[in-house]
Amino acid sequence: MGRMRAAFLAAIIGMPIATASGALAETDATITLLAAGCANCHGPDGHSPGAMPTIAGASVDVLKAKLLAFRKDEAPGTTVMVRLAKGFSEEELIALAEHFASLKP
Amino acid sequence: MSTIVHAIDRRGALSLLAGGAALGVGRPSLGQGAAGRVIVVGGGFGGATAARYIRRLDPAVEVTLIEPAERFYTCPFSNLYLGGLRDFESLGHGFDALRRAGVSVVHATAEDVDTAGRTVRLSTGDTLPYDRLVLSPGIDIRWGALEGYDEAAAEKAPHAWKAGSQTKLLRAQLEAMEDGGLFVLVAPANPFRCPPGPYERISMVAHYLKTNKPHSKILVLDAKDQFSKQGLFTDAWAALYGDMIEWVGLSQDGKVVRVDADAREVETEFGNKHKAAVLNVVPPQQAGLIAERAGVTDDSGWVPVVPATFASAKVEHVYVVGDATIAAPMPKSGFCANTQAKVVAAAVVADLAGRAPPAPVWVNTCYSLIAPDYGISVAGVYRVMDGKIAEVEGSGGVSPREADAAFRKREADYGAGWYAAISADTWGA
Repeated sequence: MGRMRAAFLAAIIGMPIATASGALAETDATITLLAAGCANCHGPDGHSPGAMPTIAGASVDVLKAKLLAFRKDEAPGTTVMVRLAKGFSEEELIALAEHFASLKP
Repeated sequence: MSTIVHAIDRRGALSLLAGGAALGVGRPSLGQGAAGRVIVVGGGFGGATAARYIRRLDPAVEVTLIEPAERFYTCPFSNLYLGGLRDFESLGHGFDALRRAGVSVVHATAEDVDTAGRTVRLSTGDTLPYDRLVLSPGIDIRWGALEGYDEAAAEKAPHAWKAGSQTKLLRAQLEAMEDGGLFVLVAPANPFRCPPGPYERISMVAHYLKTNKPHSKILVLDAKDQFSKQGLFTDAWAALYGDMIEWVGLSQDGKVVRVDADAREVETEFGNKHKAAVLNVVPPQQAGLIAERAGVTDDSGWVPVVPATFASAKVEHVYVVGDATIAAPMPKSGFCANTQAKVVAAAVVADLAGRAPPAPVWVNTCYSLIAPDYGISVAGVYRVMDGKIAEVEGSGGVSPREADAAFRKREADYGAGWYAAISADTWGA
């Protein structure tokens, strides 16, 4: 969940501000931690210095489509991503796509 | 004085905004320095990553990294140096980028930890206080656990399982070996650093020998019957190196029980002796010494941790990452040390701010190079399930047994890409 959506959700259900910021911090920390695992191959914040593609600033639709295809084994010839994507839920993969798409290319 | 107070106030205000203090959750009482002082011991994949990511997550936390080496040489890719595919300096990483990230780097050895007083004593004589301690001590060789294999023996029959002079010694011995010589590798029982490492080493030695000394042979004497990516390795060995490599497992008398380093001879469990031209012993291992000094190891010599945070299961305010930990089914790999360090960084920052840590996920991908254009991998995703670390069902696994040359080439290229990426992520570009 993005910062805006969390704030929006908090606003419509009338949560006190303090609770909203606590929930937001937790969600952000979770996505930050999830995304940090990608850096090992795709480089710091998705900027790859090597053979793996740079994912920072990529199209959110392309990233989502690719990650979900990896998860469903619908990407023939793929090396490790078909094995790794199955370790994450669809929601997590979508959050990761949004995270990397939002970074500077 | 007023400047210091002002600085602390500013940091306090910042962390108040960022942290849970606005909720009325008080920070635990800390020493001087508003957001807390963290000491990280060890500048490898685990320690350097922990230091960098703590600073990224909360720049108000003071982080001191203790690492004796001014340049850290990695075990990953040291087999490529042995095979003649990389120069040694390409394995070295300095600490300037970590300093630029605000980490205070001290080149000294951490000699002892007082976990009650929360201090670390250094080889320089200094004693540093901490609020939280992160240990990334790597492995130590269990000298003498294999009869005849002590520090003096390692100067004749190198282990080369810590990158540095040992790696160079093994390379020099390979270069000096005559064509037609026998290279013997002694592989240990589990657990040990880098499960596919001995078999990648065999592959890289085979590549060197095939290119330079094609009449030579390789004998692997193994204390176990199964090893990482076994089918992929043995298929590729047969295809690329023919009958150059012979692997002997535990049930075929592969377990070495005695080493005579002067004679470069080993003896197996059932009394068979093998004489080598070059003898490479990968010996039994344990957590690095500082872990024992801090009281975080158990009877196995390794470190039990709380799965969700990698906090020590035995000592408060201490976190441990990397090869030293008991983290199975995660392997003892540089990749795992790096992802464990990110979980620890998030947990330490949350801990200091009085927040709950985020739910952990760990990833691993280990590439092994069998020939310059032939790479294979094993991958895994891990989470805490029923209070234990477990591989996510349906995820992970090894490269397909059937794959074309282009696939193997791509994994070779991705292996090199991985090394560049994780090095930048760990030590900075």
